[in-house]
Amino acid sequence: MLRDIRAELTKQARRPASWLLLAVAVVLSLTFGYAVPYAGLSGAAGPPGSGRGLDAMLPGAFVGSALGGLPVFVGALALIFGVLVAGSEYGYGTWKTVLVQHPSRVAVFTAKLVTVAIGALAVVLTLFAATAGASVLVASLQDQALSWPSASDVLLGLGAGWLVTTMWGALGVLLAIGLRSVALPIGLGLVWLLAVQNLLASIAAPLLDWVAQLQKALPGPNAGALAAAFGASAPGVEPIVGSGQATAVLAAYLVAFGVLGGWLLHRRDIA
Amino acid sequence: MHAGEVYGFLGPNGAGKTTTLRMLLGLIRPTAGRVRVLGAEPGPGSLARVGALIEGPAFYPYLSGRANLRILADHAGVRRTRVDAVLDVVTLADRAKDRYSTYSLGMKQRLGLAAALLKDPELVVLDEPTNGLDPAGMADMRITLRKLAAEGCTVLLSSHLLAEVEQICDRVGVLDRGRLVSETTVDDLRAGGALRVVAEPFDRARDHLRRLYGGVRADGKALELDVGPGQAGRVNAELVGAGFTVTELRWHEPDLEQTFLALTGGTDHAA
Repeated sequence: MLRDIRAELTKQARRPASWLLLAVAVVLSLTFGYAVPYAGLSGAAGPPGSGRGLDAMLPGAFVGSALGGLPVFVGALALIFGVLVAGSEYGYGTWKTVLVQHPSRVAVFTAKLVTVAIGALAVVLTLFAATAGASVLVASLQDQALSWPSASDVLLGLGAGWLVTTMWGALGVLLAIGLRSVALPIGLGLVWLLAVQNLLASIAAPLLDWVAQLQKALPGPNAGALAAAFGASAPGVEPIVGSGQATAVLAAYLVAFGVLGGWLLHRRDIA
Repeated sequence: MHAGEVYGFLGPNGAGKTTTLRMLLGLIRPTAGRVRVLGAEPGPGSLARVGALIEGPAFYPYLSGRANLRILADHAGVRRTRVDAVLDVVTLADRAKDRYSTYSLGMKQRLGLAAALLKDPELVVLDEPTNGLDPAGMADMRITLRKLAAEGCTVLLSSHLLAEVEQICDRVGVLDRGRLVSETTVDDLRAGGALRVVAEPFDRARDHLRRLYGGVRADGKALELDVGPGQAGRVNAELVGAGFTVTELRWHEPDLEQTFLALTGGTDHAA
């Protein structure tokens, strides 16, 4: 198993697309978490509604800023990463190359999930470091004191970010194995994550009570609720449930995606 | 299959060669019947002594040949130091640092063979290993495979190239429409030759030989006798002694292609 994990980590660490996704996540987080709000704050031109309070950009709120993008674009990037981890084996035709070496399919699948989880941790740590740095820059530009959140809040925020990111990555792995490709899982995953969830939240839920209740069981709204518990403020971030319930629902999705994906890979023929 | 032999798995396109090999390697499950490899059903345990290259080489294009093999060594559970040994066997060590995407088809095939040899297997299963190789590459592959067999490794070689099978294999199994229609040695597959005689005057020579040997077939201006090649001298002496002019006398081996086509039902689906 450890050798399979090392193999999967090597594949992803040496793949340019992995680093590109990480860079995009950082750039988007800093752009929409700091650059655009700061531009609005300082009176420079910016899109309507882009202004945020200065407090949200200071070190004391950096955990929420780091988690703000997770339910939306960072989640989408994590899903793409998950699809690439599993789906590229179909695209390159390398499932047979790997499996004729006769590792256990379950071991290979588990190694892929572990790789997604480690990748998610790397993304969250990088985002925390980047947003912490940006918050220090904002504080120094605005002559504000450096007041940091407690270590426990930072650790809990890291855990929450890791859970959300890993859950979306695991969905990507499941979609890739279910659809045995790369493009279609990415397309469908993004449609769900960026379009359907927002339509349900903004149009259907206010009109239909059962949709509003259903929201409490869907992964996106729970990811948003968990981020909201740490002070995040972004589209899709609403405290529709408490952080405890959100954590339980996301963990359940993570387990379900993992079990279903592993079962599919174990059962299916490799064409 | 016998240990240490090179066994040709022969059949036209669509006969079921690759499907059979996939079942042997546990990539797909048979809809009926059972599969046994080295005395056990396919699985990570039983296939630990089997190396394979199925349907051409497929590797990660952004990694070097060596990095690809290291990843597969991890999946196979063998030491990474084995990688350099197999690169030497397939004479690819000097290009091992280059990206796989820059390899020629012949180099890709050799890397595929190297991957099949990672586990120092007892049985190597190769599916059309010379596809796309130039004549020199095909000759190198033949030498490598014969060398493997000489070292005690059993080789199962799937091919639709008769000349390849004829030159490499000890025995062949001929598959047609999913059924094994013949299993024999290459020599036996070619058995049934005839002594071809051209003598004048033709009609009198034919009658003379029929009196002596019974079944004599006329093929244009030649006569074919169902006797062994060792009878050629005697036939010549008898014809010359009887006053005939012998202008041709040779042992005619049947065309392996014709034998193959006869076994597999003609030319309608032959490769």
